Amino acid sequence: MPEVLVLIERVEVDGVREVTKPSLELLTIARRLGDPSAVVIGSPDADVAGTLKKYGAAKIYSVSTGEGAEDAGVSGYLVAPEAEVLAQLIEKTSPAAVLVVSTGRGKEIAGRLAVKTESGLITDAVDVTAADGTPTTKQSVFAGSFVVQARVTKGTPIITVKPNSVTPEEVDGAGSDVAEEAFAVTISDAAKGAKVTGAEPRKASGRPELTEAAIVVSGGRGTGGDFEPIQAFADSLGAAVGASRAAVDSGWYPHSFQVGQTGKTVSPQLYVANGISGAIQHRAGMQTSKTIVAVNTDEEAPIFELVDFGVVGDLHTVLPAATDAINRGR
Amino acid sequence: MNIVVCVKYVPDAAADQKFEDDNTVDRIGVDGLLSELDEYAVEQALQIKETGDDPDSTVVTVLSMGPEQATVAVRKALQMGADKGVHVVDDALAGSDALATSLVLAEAIKKLGAGPGWDLVVCGMESTDGGMGVIPAMLSERLGVPGVTLGSEITVSSKEGGAVVRIRRNGDASTDTIEGTLPLVLSVTDQSCEVRYPSFKGIMAAKKKPVETWSLGDLGVGPGQVGSGAAWSVVESAIPRPARTAGEIVTDGDGSGAKALVDFLASKKFI
Ligand SMILES: Cc1cc2nc3c(=O)[nH]c(=O)nc-3n(C[C@H](O)[C@H](O)[C@H](O)COP(=O)(O)OP(=O)(O)OC[C@H]3O[C@@H](n4cnc5c(N)ncnc54)[C@H](O)[C@@H]3O)c2cc1C
Ligand SMILES: Nc1ncnc2c1ncn2[C@@H]1O[C@H](COP(=O)(O)O)[C@@H](O)[C@H]1O
Repeated sequence: MPEVLVLIERVEVDGVREVTKPSLELLTIARRLGDPSAVVIGSPDADVAGTLKKYGAAKIYSVSTGEGAEDAGVSGYLVAPEAEVLAQLIEKTSPAAVLVVSTGRGKEIAGRLAVKTESGLITDAVDVTAADGTPTTKQSVFAGSFVVQARVTKGTPIITVKPNSVTPEEVDGAGSDVAEEAFAVTISDAAKGAKVTGAEPRKASGRPELTEAAIVVSGGRGTGGDFEPIQAFADSLGAAVGASRAAVDSGWYPHSFQVGQTGKTVSPQLYVANGISGAIQHRAGMQTSKTIVAVNTDEEAPIFELVDFGVVGDLHTVLPAATDAINRGR
Repeated sequence: MNIVVCVKYVPDAAADQKFEDDNTVDRIGVDGLLSELDEYAVEQALQIKETGDDPDSTVVTVLSMGPEQATVAVRKALQMGADKGVHVVDDALAGSDALATSLVLAEAIKKLGAGPGWDLVVCGMESTDGGMGVIPAMLSERLGVPGVTLGSEITVSSKEGGAVVRIRRNGDASTDTIEGTLPLVLSVTDQSCEVRYPSFKGIMAAKKKPVETWSLGDLGVGPGQVGSGAAWSVVESAIPRPARTAGEIVTDGDGSGAKALVDFLASKKFI
């Protein structure tokens, strides 16, 4: 079977670098298309390699530039070096596809790679399947109102996949014959033009990651700036907290929690919108949630067109009462 | 300094968005406007000009590729304060994908730079009509200059060896500071500034500002390199998602709303 290159993302959690969940999701998707080859920038430690094997990596490329600290030749710059790494690996392996996580970063890497290798690009896939040996993707477009099926017709299919598109699956008996291969690259000076000169890690919120949470409780302008009832209700459900752009623009909640077109896309089992009117740009980020609930004083609010259950009422009274009931075991 | 701002004419998000029979986005049948996210690019370009060392000799050129009606987007940017416009329009462009779009924009930028050169290309973070957010990175790749993208705060400072653009970028795991030396491609988010409204004076002045119209021939791009026929990926189907069926709505009174909410969540096994 042909190789499928999967660009692995790692994040630092309490000083330890871990593989992100969306990267593991890519390994599961890659297995439908061929043999997953995990591409790790810098050398993976034993834990990372173990995780990658457990989730089905048939091969691991540990990429180094020989420039001092582990992966300084790549990670000290913005995306262009990663695209060069993948271009060199495509040259070497002629893979069936390249899979990258659909984040701002991931999409830029993929876009550059498509130009470099004259290959078709599909971004924001929510599903990838193999049909007649070529990958076929599904995307959710126009604020989730259409599902588009597409296919790459030129070069190596380069596909960015949204987080939460599949559940990562462990592979039985995996790991014994996984090859780890060092891959040395040279990064051009041209790729080093955009330099990362500082990074402030995000503070942990103590709540589930917004894009990965099973339940998301969001607040909008209707909170009037008080997110306390939103957070307390979220905590009673073990949920992540989200916000509308109106709430973010007013400085009531940080931008990294914004749900919508210019924020995060979430697709949880349950989405609870409180004091949010349901503008098209907000819907774009939550419309594919399985169950939608809203609390809003205005019975005409467009959000009510989407809901499975809605309460016409004031969030400042409804939410604390509901939180109480849940915390008391109803 | 010469600044090029790339702006896209997009269907109004408030209108019904739909596909044509050939699975391309309907851009003709609906009202369109300057993409709201590209207004931030125009605003940043104007602020860079106005706060720079030499506003009088800084030229902000708006560049748009799109159908006839896309002049609406160019005009709006001129009303905000851009100096001149270039509109690339050609029947062969219909259905172009990101790769073709970036090719045409890159060639247009090179042509613009043929005289005095260009220093800075400013883009929005993504097109509001289901854009991919990849054009700025592709332009940087095609033009062979750094791409400093998704800036939520932008500063430009002169340094030895050329002006430096520094941005803050909100990533998933961290907030990064990123910088590059001109010439480069910059993209900016809707967090980066407040966008100005065109003033009456600006609207009047825009009427006299020059807008050039270029065809593919002017750029040395062949019709076979763009359009739906040259796309490197195909859409096989576009199916409307079934409308959500209306759910149950209750009106709160004396705490009944909270109880009904909790009962609903319990019935769905969320608690
Ligand atoms: C290019 C572009 C991108 C955008 N991207 C995003 C995005 O990513 N995410 C996003 O959210 N928006 C985005 N927007 C903005 C979007 O259009 C809306 O303006 C925004 O979503 C409105 O936020 P809201 O619903 O909180 O506020 P509003 O629309 O003002 O609604 C507030 C709601 O709260 C209700 N309310 C008031 N008081 C109470 C109370 N006490 N209890 C209960 N309900 C109450 C009101 O009835 C009302 O329905 C974008 C806009 C543009 C142009
Ligand atoms: N047809 C176009 N004409 C001019 N600029 C464009 C065009 N398409 C995209 N852009 C620019 O590229 C940015 C990102 O677009 P996209 O990759 O389509 O999401 C936009 O915000 C614009 O600045």
